[in-house]
Amino acid sequence: MGMTITEKILASHAGLPKVEPGDLVECRVDMLFANDITAPLAIQQFERIGVDRVFDPDRVAFVLDHYSPSKDIASAEQCRITREFVRKHGLPHFYDVGRAGIAHVLLAEEGFVAPGELFVGADSHTCNHGALGAFATGVGSSDLAAAMATGRLWFRVPPTLRFVFRGTLPRWVTGKDLVLRIIGDIGVDGARYAAMEFAGPVLQQLSMDERFSITNMAVEAGAKNGIMEPDEAVLDWVRPRARRPFQPVYGDPDASYAAVYEYDVTDMQPVVSAPSSPANVVPVTEVSGVRVDQCFIGTCTNGRIEDLRQAARVLAGRRVHPDVRLLVIPASPRIYRQALEEGLIQVFLDAGAAVSTPTCGPCIGGHMGVLADGEVCVSTSSRNFIGRMGHRGSKVYLSNAAVAAAAAVAGKLVHPDEVVREPARV
Amino acid sequence: MAIRGRAHKVGDHIDTDLIIAGRYLVTTDPVKLGEHLFEDLDPELRQRIRPGDVLVAGENFGQGSSREHAPLALVGAGVAAVVAASYARIFYRNAFNNGLLLLECPEASRAVQDGDELEIEPQTGEIRNLTRGEAYRAKPIPPFMQELTQLGGIIPYVRRKLGLEAS
Repeated sequence: MGMTITEKILASHAGLPKVEPGDLVECRVDMLFANDITAPLAIQQFERIGVDRVFDPDRVAFVLDHYSPSKDIASAEQCRITREFVRKHGLPHFYDVGRAGIAHVLLAEEGFVAPGELFVGADSHTCNHGALGAFATGVGSSDLAAAMATGRLWFRVPPTLRFVFRGTLPRWVTGKDLVLRIIGDIGVDGARYAAMEFAGPVLQQLSMDERFSITNMAVEAGAKNGIMEPDEAVLDWVRPRARRPFQPVYGDPDASYAAVYEYDVTDMQPVVSAPSSPANVVPVTEVSGVRVDQCFIGTCTNGRIEDLRQAARVLAGRRVHPDVRLLVIPASPRIYRQALEEGLIQVFLDAGAAVSTPTCGPCIGGHMGVLADGEVCVSTSSRNFIGRMGHRGSKVYLSNAAVAAAAAVAGKLVHPDEVVREPARV
Repeated sequence: MAIRGRAHKVGDHIDTDLIIAGRYLVTTDPVKLGEHLFEDLDPELRQRIRPGDVLVAGENFGQGSSREHAPLALVGAGVAAVVAASYARIFYRNAFNNGLLLLECPEASRAVQDGDELEIEPQTGEIRNLTRGEAYRAKPIPPFMQELTQLGGIIPYVRRKLGLEAS
């Protein structure tokens, strides 16, 4: 019996010829990172271990993205703790205000993750990087501290669930819609402790940005990691970025899967996760007419250039509804600059959107757009738990960028066709 | 040593945002975090929890974010153990790394009612419901997690591996 891509990466990093689901293995870690929320705790734990230095400064990154630029004195202190540690240990890969992006987006575009590698981050959406054919998983601060001290971490080898997409993607249906659809079908614990492997010819119709939205949300089904085998598009994307030589890994033809799910995407529609679970998935047309107070386009799930282009396609020549606030937050400085060069920022400003420097802010109800009691937000983020974006009485609908942009124009949830069908008021 | 405390029941899929909301993640102090435990789930629940009490949850407890502040908030509020039908994986690791006892027991998760007096034997996983005169048996804790727990979490484990602590 062969191995899946996930099993092969874990086996190679454990120095074993073969692993099986359920095995407990200790693996070499190629790269790790923490953010301004998880780093201070990881630093505290690292200092408790009592080693003098991190295992390899070149394989450690710190990114200040959540409450940065600092929202108050307490969050400023957390950032200060991280900066002091970085200086003390002379760590080269540190991203502070102005150069920081949302870690998952930034670290991929900076070439810190490559096919076949093993990446851990003290942030649950670290599974994002599986779109590059890497094993990437989120851990807590203590596990990160252990990996930072030793360069190794233990894992239980997960069983793999395989999701195969066939057919032709309709207009406005994106990678985000595919992953929401899966989570709606299998539930928030449908892949608990498992690897989610995404495959099928539809992946080739998706940009890298859309593929990242899929693996990014694997954790919302409870998965340990989301992964795709690296095709030519991945290799073309990684080659100019990668900081180290890498060896792509592919699953064996006779690999064993715990389950295989087949999807034909041809008749799919854009969907949303209605409050207050990512698994509460319905076609947007089913909730059409729900009035909204805020729309948010950004995050590690959907703050990439392709998302901004989709939003701009809807917003060009149109204005944000007078009762709605639209926030647009490019996920990295590079994406911000590209959006500026492509004229997308102009489109957003002309429409009446607020455009901000990269931050996770609104997604965790931290700053930059916290919701009041009873308010409704359509968000391109990944979680709509109770209180996630503000008051426990606020409500969040998760969607792709075009649906969020359409809601901003219409003042209510609508299919993007409803907005784009109307002539633009240029 | 047995744990004895009152049960506080919560439902399925309780996420880490409900355990400790994102807006409070600007400290790593368990006691300060514990003050805001479950604030968005039930603003009064925190006041009912006494040191040594037991949380009884449904499926997939701790889903969502990797914030280790979630088990820390439970520890800071004095919760002595969690009994749930199942756990989300990052929360599971984080709890063991912070010395919070987690027991997996679907039967207790169903049978225990809010306010029941429970007695738990951490070594055997036996959960006695003193209010109802029932007993439930949790799934055995995997040997590696037991080893981690006996050492006091991942930090002493790593110290021992690196030869910084006597084995």
